[in-house]
Amino acid sequence: MSQNEQDKNPISINEMEKREIRIAWGFAFPAILLLAVFLLIPFIVAFGISFTNQRLITNPNLPTQFIGLRNYIRLINDFDFLQALKNNFYFAVVVVPLQTFFALLLAILVNQKLRFINLFRTIYFSPVVTTMVVVAIIWYFLYNPGEGFINQVLHVISFGKLGPYRWLNDTRLAMPAIIILSIWQGVGFQMIIYLAGLQSIPEELYEASHVDGANLWQQFFYITIPQLRNTTIFVVISTTILAFKLFTQVWVMTRGGPQGATRTAIVYLYEQGFQTLRVGYASTIAVLFFLIVLCVSLIQRVYLKEERAVK
Amino acid sequence: MNVAITKEHQTPYSLNYRFKKLLNLSGRYLVLILVAFFFLFPIIFMFVNSIKNNETQIIRDMSNIRAFIPYGELGIKNYIDVFKQMPFGRFMFNSVFIVSSTVLGGLLVNSMLAYSLARLRFRGRQLILSLVIALIIIPTESVVIPLLLMVNRIGWLDSYQVQIVPFIADAFSIFLFYQFFIGIPKSLDESARIDGANPFQIYWKIIIPLSKPVFATVAILQYLVRWGDFLWPLMVTRGYEYRPLPVAIQQFFSQDPKVWGDIFAFASMITIPSLIVFLLFQKWFMQSVASSGIKG
Repeated sequence: MSQNEQDKNPISINEMEKREIRIAWGFAFPAILLLAVFLLIPFIVAFGISFTNQRLITNPNLPTQFIGLRNYIRLINDFDFLQALKNNFYFAVVVVPLQTFFALLLAILVNQKLRFINLFRTIYFSPVVTTMVVVAIIWYFLYNPGEGFINQVLHVISFGKLGPYRWLNDTRLAMPAIIILSIWQGVGFQMIIYLAGLQSIPEELYEASHVDGANLWQQFFYITIPQLRNTTIFVVISTTILAFKLFTQVWVMTRGGPQGATRTAIVYLYEQGFQTLRVGYASTIAVLFFLIVLCVSLIQRVYLKEERAVK
Repeated sequence: MNVAITKEHQTPYSLNYRFKKLLNLSGRYLVLILVAFFFLFPIIFMFVNSIKNNETQIIRDMSNIRAFIPYGELGIKNYIDVFKQMPFGRFMFNSVFIVSSTVLGGLLVNSMLAYSLARLRFRGRQLILSLVIALIIIPTESVVIPLLLMVNRIGWLDSYQVQIVPFIADAFSIFLFYQFFIGIPKSLDESARIDGANPFQIYWKIIIPLSKPVFATVAILQYLVRWGDFLWPLMVTRGYEYRPLPVAIQQFFSQDPKVWGDIFAFASMITIPSLIVFLLFQKWFMQSVASSGIKG
């Protein structure tokens, strides 16, 4: 082989290959080690502790015991947990369609060829770069019961018929209040993803349909929507997963209240693991939380595979 | 002017056409501006109230349009108050240090693994690739409890490393790097290899210079996640020493009585730097977010 001839060092191909394999592992090693220690092992351990009554600070008189499925049985009968799950689903069912719809609408709005359009894209995206804790604090003030700005706006636009509402102190309104600010903060991200999707649709499709006499609505429903199928699947799934991770804005604004109306799975996990120190029980919540996220992700894979199979 | 203007008669010079066009254009801008106001009003609200020195005025103005108008006794009193009550500089340093270490470390470590998976041959490569892709699904939230037990045992609570080391390696970043690297023509490596370059040199001198877009993408996406991270630092920090900005402002906010001028000043000082970073690299931010959605 020419490589052998050119090689000035008297080492065999076999030894060179061995050296290359060592180098390859050298490149791979740091990330593999970190992923194993800080993600894979804790993940397996989470399953492990979910079958025990482990506490954060171990009491020498009460050693940790294997308790089988007792945590799981308790969890599915735990009113607070079921309420938390219900809140997560409520949040997801409202936020996912609304945020996806608004993201598409905004993407169409900023896909126009106009001067300063980049300025508008930048403005619509700016809440995404504003830290969620800060966003939650500003909206907490806007939602002020009685004299708050949002109450005042509602009062004016409804000619005094609506409000004042107690937003974050009202069990029925606390979750909608959190939903509004979450969409406000997150929608710019999906807008950009949709914008990229819109720009990747071939112009010829629109031109051809125009020649065939299709109007704007027909173009929207028969070209734009089908062409954005994969983008939509991605947006819907990633928003769903984010909805189940809901924690920061709730913790800052309501701590899960009033009366558990905004408590989510992660809020409950934090309370159990960190405030009541029941680490075993908290791990059970983590495992169930993971299974939900896993199901959502698998649905995405199935849908995307279907698409490929059709092509 | 023509009496019956059909489409064919609407030349760009006809007054009617120009008027319609202007109307259409101003309609579009009106919509764009109204939506812009919806996205900006809470941020304007924060800035304006942060420079109102008089707390009673802030409370009095909050229910009407005056909350958005800088008037009355303006100044930086609230900002000075924050510095008097809190080691703000320390919090800022903590956040910048933690986020930049995590992001830079991640760029190196994750791209190295992706490079070996995409460009080098060794047994187990395929298995590791599948594992990395599977790991993308695991959310941090589902491992925080065992992670907490672990860092507690090795005495890492209340430190920088506890907020940096666990988040350097990131499966999704590796995946993004991998996808980019397999697209670089193999012939480049081969010709470099014939010239006597080893894998380190190929990585530094060929792969990295060709991969600037993906490095920017990963850096920006990781920055967005890490800068706003809240749950983990809330669990692992106690005192002021290692506390990052999001936890610091949350604790400041939850103290009663709430002094809103000070809270808004604190919030503005967190928001201004990240808005500046965003405006400077605005185009890169948009491109990174767009490419995060191109999957599958």
